[in-house]
Amino acid sequence: MSGAQIAARASRAVIPRADGRTRAFAGLFRGLMFGAVGLTILALATLLYDIAHDGLRVLSLDFLTSFPSRIFPENSGVESAIWGTLYLMLICAVVVVPLGVATAVYLEEYADRDKWWNRLIEVNIQNLAAVPSVVYGILGLAFIVRGPLSVGRTLLAGGITLSLLVLPVVIIVAREAIRAVPPSIREGSLALGATQWQTIWKQVLPGSIAGIATGVILALSRAIGETAPLLVIGAAVNPRFNPDGLGSAFTALPIQIFAWTQDPNREFVDLAAGAIIVLMVVLLLMNSVAIVLRNRYEQKW
Amino acid sequence: MADHSTAVSGGATSGRTSLVRRPSRRSRAEAAIRLVLFAAAIVSVGTTLAIVFSLIRETIAFFGDVPLGDFLLGTKWTPLLAGDQQSFGVLPLIWGTLYLTGIGLLVAVPIGLLSAIYLSEFAPRRVRKVVKPILEILAGVPTIVFGYFALTFFTPEVLRNALGLGVNQFNALSAGIILGVLVIPTIASVAEDALSSVPSSLREGAAGLGANKVQTALRVVFPAALSGVVAALVLGASRAVGETVIILIAGGQRAQLSLDPYESYQSMAAFIAATARGDIPTGSIEYETIFVVAMTLFLLTLALNLISIRLVRKYRQVYE
Repeated sequence: MSGAQIAARASRAVIPRADGRTRAFAGLFRGLMFGAVGLTILALATLLYDIAHDGLRVLSLDFLTSFPSRIFPENSGVESAIWGTLYLMLICAVVVVPLGVATAVYLEEYADRDKWWNRLIEVNIQNLAAVPSVVYGILGLAFIVRGPLSVGRTLLAGGITLSLLVLPVVIIVAREAIRAVPPSIREGSLALGATQWQTIWKQVLPGSIAGIATGVILALSRAIGETAPLLVIGAAVNPRFNPDGLGSAFTALPIQIFAWTQDPNREFVDLAAGAIIVLMVVLLLMNSVAIVLRNRYEQKW
Repeated sequence: MADHSTAVSGGATSGRTSLVRRPSRRSRAEAAIRLVLFAAAIVSVGTTLAIVFSLIRETIAFFGDVPLGDFLLGTKWTPLLAGDQQSFGVLPLIWGTLYLTGIGLLVAVPIGLLSAIYLSEFAPRRVRKVVKPILEILAGVPTIVFGYFALTFFTPEVLRNALGLGVNQFNALSAGIILGVLVIPTIASVAEDALSSVPSSLREGAAGLGANKVQTALRVVFPAALSGVVAALVLGASRAVGETVIILIAGGQRAQLSLDPYESYQSMAAFIAATARGDIPTGSIEYETIFVVAMTLFLLTLALNLISIRLVRKYRQVYE
């Protein structure tokens, strides 16, 4: 048997010959793939167009600097929601950065994977990342608003709840950034007499800072887009005041948007689109910062 | 995963302790730092314990009032009504959750997988550079925005006007489809990772046997990455099951056992968010109800997630 014959027989055995039908199927499949990608892009484009179409009309300086009104849509605004969202972001950053980075450093630099408790911590973080956000709201209600911490329906309660929600994200991203620092850097530092912590503080963390910062920003942008946990712990609806401290009642942009979508008056529903634009602009700014950080400070080893 | 770092830190620690006779100030400080970092790592375990503890406590209280059989097998969910009308059968809520998730997956699975195969096997570099950020943007859109879109555009403009369907203002079809759009990026990106991690020698082998690109992708690469692809689907399902706001806004609030996608349904997560508004009294039956529903939801997503972690681990072992 010649080589060509062997090849022909082998290809018959494994793959049917490229006749008209397989060629037609290949074409059809390519079409389906383009269709799928096209539909996804279309969905995003329609979404953005719809929001812009409904929301740009209500957007003005007055909208940004007014409190929500229950009666007059034209006098309503998102000032209290913007401040609430900014405060929540600040609390989250303060809680999540030290906790998340410390956990990531522990797991990457210290933890011995043969010990069951370290494996438990790891599996636990993976699971926490997949717990539905509304369950974190339940945790906030039972443990933070009432129960052991009992801080009431305050900004602090909202901030802690959202922090716990995004903590796994920060840990996972920070671990990846730390892992990307090559072992030779650590070996060099240790060989020069630095202790393990000096090595981490002076070499590993500076080398992974860009990745960690990017992860923190992405986690914060997830936190400020969350609605369900804040609904469950009882954020204020239409407050006509800005939060003035950790113990203050608060609202946030997603809560204000939700409240407006529930209104039977269509003019209020349009206000929701306006508030969505404000929220999306905040998210866009945060993501731009993340991209700039990544491009400027990312280390190539 | 990061074997190098453990090797390095482990080796360094043992090397150093062998040089130091008595614990110096420096090594005591090192031990203290290690302890502080460990304490931070414990916070996440504490979070899980706090979640489980609060869920179990109220769940036990709930089953003191309602028999387990009535809860698991009952077909009427009206916990907030008074007297004879009150009923605690959770099946309608579970059905609503699965029904909406099912509609979502019908949309998200084909679109997500086709996108993943395209991005991993076919897309030229230039196209990938455009499509991947679009998927990332979609993944970053807050769910409340999808809810608004489903309620104010997809239901009235697309389903009613363009397609002429007689859907209610709140309906499973709109909420489910938009839920699917939400899940597309999750499925697409996890499945794409799985497909890309199949070694190129398999593709070259298939090409050498005369397979065209579509045959290679579907008969060689896809089966080789199957556990990762299934993990992507499970992860997507778990996201859809736990999603709250889209269903709360566009899916409505009727807990019912039905098959009509034009009608309104309630899911477990949406029930929790609709009922817990911060001011329900502690210890009341409504209060206990949201915890027992949250417990059910927590167990369901936990099971899905453990399956997905196991599957992901499996395909990593094979090809790395």
